[in-house]
Amino acid sequence: MTGTPYTLSHLDALESEAVHIFREVAGEFERPVVLFSGGKDSIVMLHLALKAFAPAAVPFSLLHVDTGHNFPEVLDYRDRTVARHGLRLHVASVQDYIDRGVLRERPDGTRNPLQTVPLTEKIQAEKFDAVFGGGRRDEEKARAKERVFSLRDEFSQWDPRRQRPELWNLYNGRHAPGEHVRVFPLSNWTELDVWQYIAREGIELPEIYFAHEREVFRRAGMWLTAGEWGGPKDGETVEKRQVRYRTVGDMSCTGAVDSDAVTLDQVITEIAASRLTERGATRADDKMSEAAMEDRKREGYF
Amino acid sequence: MSTTTIDTLRFATAGSVDDGKSTLVGRLLHDSKSILTDQLEAVERVSADRGQAGPDLALLTDGLRAEREQGITIDVAYRYFATTRRRFILADTPGHVQYTRNMVTGASTAELAIVLVDARNGVVEQTRRHAAVAALLRVPHVVLAVNKMDLVGYAEREFRRIVDDFTRHADALGLSGFTSIPVSALVGDNVVDRSGRMDWYDGPALLEFLETVPVGAEATDAPARFPVQYVIRHGEVRHYAGQLVSGTLRVGDPVTVHPSGETSEITGIDVLGETAEAAYAPQSISVRLADQRDVSRGDMITTAAAGTPTLTRDVRAAVCHLAERPLSVGDRVLLRHTTRTVKAVVKDLGGHPELTTNDLGRIVLRTAEPLAVDDYAAVRRTGSFILVDPVDGATLTAGMVDLSSPPTTG
Repeated sequence: MTGTPYTLSHLDALESEAVHIFREVAGEFERPVVLFSGGKDSIVMLHLALKAFAPAAVPFSLLHVDTGHNFPEVLDYRDRTVARHGLRLHVASVQDYIDRGVLRERPDGTRNPLQTVPLTEKIQAEKFDAVFGGGRRDEEKARAKERVFSLRDEFSQWDPRRQRPELWNLYNGRHAPGEHVRVFPLSNWTELDVWQYIAREGIELPEIYFAHEREVFRRAGMWLTAGEWGGPKDGETVEKRQVRYRTVGDMSCTGAVDSDAVTLDQVITEIAASRLTERGATRADDKMSEAAMEDRKREGYF
Repeated sequence: MSTTTIDTLRFATAGSVDDGKSTLVGRLLHDSKSILTDQLEAVERVSADRGQAGPDLALLTDGLRAEREQGITIDVAYRYFATTRRRFILADTPGHVQYTRNMVTGASTAELAIVLVDARNGVVEQTRRHAAVAALLRVPHVVLAVNKMDLVGYAEREFRRIVDDFTRHADALGLSGFTSIPVSALVGDNVVDRSGRMDWYDGPALLEFLETVPVGAEATDAPARFPVQYVIRHGEVRHYAGQLVSGTLRVGDPVTVHPSGETSEITGIDVLGETAEAAYAPQSISVRLADQRDVSRGDMITTAAAGTPTLTRDVRAAVCHLAERPLSVGDRVLLRHTTRTVKAVVKDLGGHPELTTNDLGRIVLRTAEPLAVDDYAAVRRTGSFILVDPVDGATLTAGMVDLSSPPTTG
């Protein structure tokens, strides 16, 4: 065939698909919400939502599950972003649940698994019927089985055996009252895609994603930030290192990596060359068991 | 390393039980260096715990607890890998349970399907079924991968016999053109690297073929089809937002809105916040029209120049039934086509009283409102639909519109 058929670059194709998903939800649901942690995936989601509905405002509010052990830089970023775009932010607080005695601190001090109850109760209380998550299928093998529209029952549970087949781009979001749908617009993105998109779009990120000097200590093969959340313990020594983060989560289980990457280009080069997955490098909670992610997802974790 | 300019191939795998599909997928991921250290370490750890000598590559793909416990694959999974030449999204469809519906699901978004055959068994019932699904879903490229060549002495005669056999079935199905590759997933022959053990084969290794097959063929010279997803209201202005599923739209184009049949003209196009003179499939865009029309989600905008879709309440289609519960004549269902959902009743199932899980068949539906459809063969996205259970919302059936099929006798 002659001529030059127009083909989208892969980032344009991913962007177009994600925007299509945002608009589907806007068209089909009553009360959608975007999970927003201040991490890079949720930042990209918000950016896509802003583009999907321009020049009008994003027709969704945001929801942050606050573990109480968040990086201060990230909370600051979250609040500035919400203010800049005039969005409404809901917060589900793990610390509240602990203070009220509903949840108990785990012996290992990690709060990631404790997020499930505040998250699912907030979804029920606010009657959210679609909850956007930044999950990508390349992250983890249980996530490789996740649908773009993923039905959760009234207990927010995921049952991988009872998922709806997903054909063409015909997403089926029908649900009974009390049920909701988790929606993953970044399903087909990889970590590298996210970074390349951030670079292309010039999206601002919290500083912790770039190399900086930080007081850290070694635990289970990772550099953890020293802080009031409970580290270091006896026998763990704090040192100053040049590090950055690949993911943002609870301070108790999100590790930093040694890095000199201070620009987006340097970060992309570093990730392209890395022989570790994002979570393998920096997430303690995924290593707890062979099926840790699947088990948490079944209970309603994102 | 820059990867911003390379394209993406979405492909699906199909194979019967024990054809070695998981091993092939594991081999593709492993030999293309797409497995990162921590993932491989996890597989090695579990393999060693079970007393296996080497890493079991099938563990790379069987991710769920029940799958590992039972050693089976439950449902479609999507795997990502990249080489320096191309990015890949693999719909990894299990051959075990409910194979047809899973392959239909995987094939619906695939530009290429790999049909895996065990060289010792040749073309079997399952192979014919996979070929039929690939033909039905009009997957643009099909690869016949004859696996376990190591177990038939790498013999050209065995390979030829299977290719000839498959060719006869493909011809009967109207499956135009496929590529045959002899491989051994276990040993690694012709998967990522060309094998030295089959001098008689001078074609590409599987990965080489995946890297070079043309993609993006769903042409922009197809007729323009723009299902309206959502109306963005900004002041007095209405922006009709959606994804252009085929063709091209330009400012100044005269358009028709379906099903109302009203006509107007495009006065503005926005591509995610930037104004543009033209838009191309599959861009997500929004358009403005010259006249204040009553246009809403579910409507479809087309240009007058290219062929218009068929407006009908009698939908004839080829289908694959997906759900556990059967589909019967007289059933009331919801039909989801592009962004539109309408009530429908099953009028005919090619003379059969019902379809059960994994059945392929022909269907006639009567819809409560007219739909603007195309033949699936002409435009995949405006020729496809799903049937949904109006009570519990389950996805029941996948459908491909076939306007040319003769009305079945009921």
